Amino acid sequence: MNEFYGYERPDGGVGVRNHLLVIAPIDCSYEPARQVASRVEGAVAVTQYHGCRADEMLVNALVGTGRNPNVAGILLFGLGCEALTNDILMEGLEDTGKPIESIVIQEDGGTIRAMEKGVRALQRMAQEVGEQKREAFPLGELTLAVECGGSDATSGLAANPAVGVATDRLIEEGGTVIFSEPQEMIGTQHILARRAVTEAVAEDIYEMIERQERRLSAMGVDSRYMSKGNIDGGLTTIEEKSLGAIRKGGTKPIQGVLWNTWDRFDVPDEPGLYLQDGTGWDVPSVTHMVAAGAQVVCFTSGRGSTTGHAVAPVIKITGNPKTFENLGDNMDINAGTILDGSESLNSVGRRIFDEIVSVASGRKTKAEALGFRDYVVFGRDRASERLLGHC
Amino acid sequence: MKKAIQLDERDNVATVTDDVSKGEQVEVLGPMGEVILDAKPVEDIVFGHKLALRKLGVGEEIVKYGEVIGVASKPIMVGEWVHTHNAESGRLPTSRLEAER
Repeated sequence: MNEFYGYERPDGGVGVRNHLLVIAPIDCSYEPARQVASRVEGAVAVTQYHGCRADEMLVNALVGTGRNPNVAGILLFGLGCEALTNDILMEGLEDTGKPIESIVIQEDGGTIRAMEKGVRALQRMAQEVGEQKREAFPLGELTLAVECGGSDATSGLAANPAVGVATDRLIEEGGTVIFSEPQEMIGTQHILARRAVTEAVAEDIYEMIERQERRLSAMGVDSRYMSKGNIDGGLTTIEEKSLGAIRKGGTKPIQGVLWNTWDRFDVPDEPGLYLQDGTGWDVPSVTHMVAAGAQVVCFTSGRGSTTGHAVAPVIKITGNPKTFENLGDNMDINAGTILDGSESLNSVGRRIFDEIVSVASGRKTKAEALGFRDYVVFGRDRASERLLGHC
Repeated sequence: MKKAIQLDERDNVATVTDDVSKGEQVEVLGPMGEVILDAKPVEDIVFGHKLALRKLGVGEEIVKYGEVIGVASKPIMVGEWVHTHNAESGRLPTSRLEAER
């Protein structure tokens, strides 16, 4: 399997889904935006909850989501008096060549009129999008995000190493992989830096993880800190804990750090493995990796996280056989077979890889089939980042 | 038989995938899933915790995932439980210092 079936976009990207995205640039217009999306098949509404400001980090996340190739058409649904306007988003989106409509509640005479207009605009897009056919593309067109959350002792032992086998394979096939959660890299920066393709990338890796340590330190937290649950679960040191987490990113050379700041929001510019300057908070972490272009997500969870994503299918992998049984409606892959020796790591890695390709070609993940459309933009506090010397 | 997993062939510890009792025979699986040796824990070890595959002196590096996860703070025997009571992080919070060490 070195091909998948996707939808070609006008800007050359390849989508694995044909979502219509309704963006409410401010939470004030989210309720009507959500109702508009609920009226049209394939549409989903998103917003951000960081207040009324045209903060570049928020713009980057919303624009990045619209630029994701899984999005076939976009409806901007603003209130009118907000700082982060439809026009700002439009500027970042129009060169994609995707159909985009802009509606402003205060200009269109209230929510009922604006919603009617919005439903009609989406209806037209849905009709057109419906004509598109999936075509074969090389796996080099695929960008995978990897995430872990609700971890337990099996995550670092089975699920993460197995996903690492699949990510290595995808990169060998010419694909791209992003992993994030810098907080979970603490203690392994020298190991990650050793894998950097250039000295400058190694410096970026140190810088990204040190920033996270500085944020913790400013909050009065020792970055070597581990919870009682971690220790009871068998993790002896922070290095061990972080190694288990970074294993989901495989073993390939690291092409670069994707910075996520006010000045820049990087997306991969060539195939390979990337680290994102993101967050350890599950849904926003996935949100920002998808905003950087990931079309598919692999999410490992020992305890059993059930989240999906607004525009990207999320494949849930658990290393815990009990969780696979207990949360069978939510877990896509059981990597727990590694623990009793009934299946090798490589064999589970192959199953995950095959699932990635199937899902990219249209197979729905469990979270997706259940309609879970999680989406949370995270922001950083500019004042504290400035005090820490990060901007 | 109960199992322990060695995640990388360089590792000197393996992680038990079930609660194991002192003296019980435990099969250690290598990274390819093959049985590499039989171990006998010298004490009870609970699921997810580590068993020493060889003798370790104080200050010796503990290797898991093929990487150093810490150092022995007490002498460790083969089959002994390896955790915070006999091992500790070798790291300082300043990462660059660590890389230079």
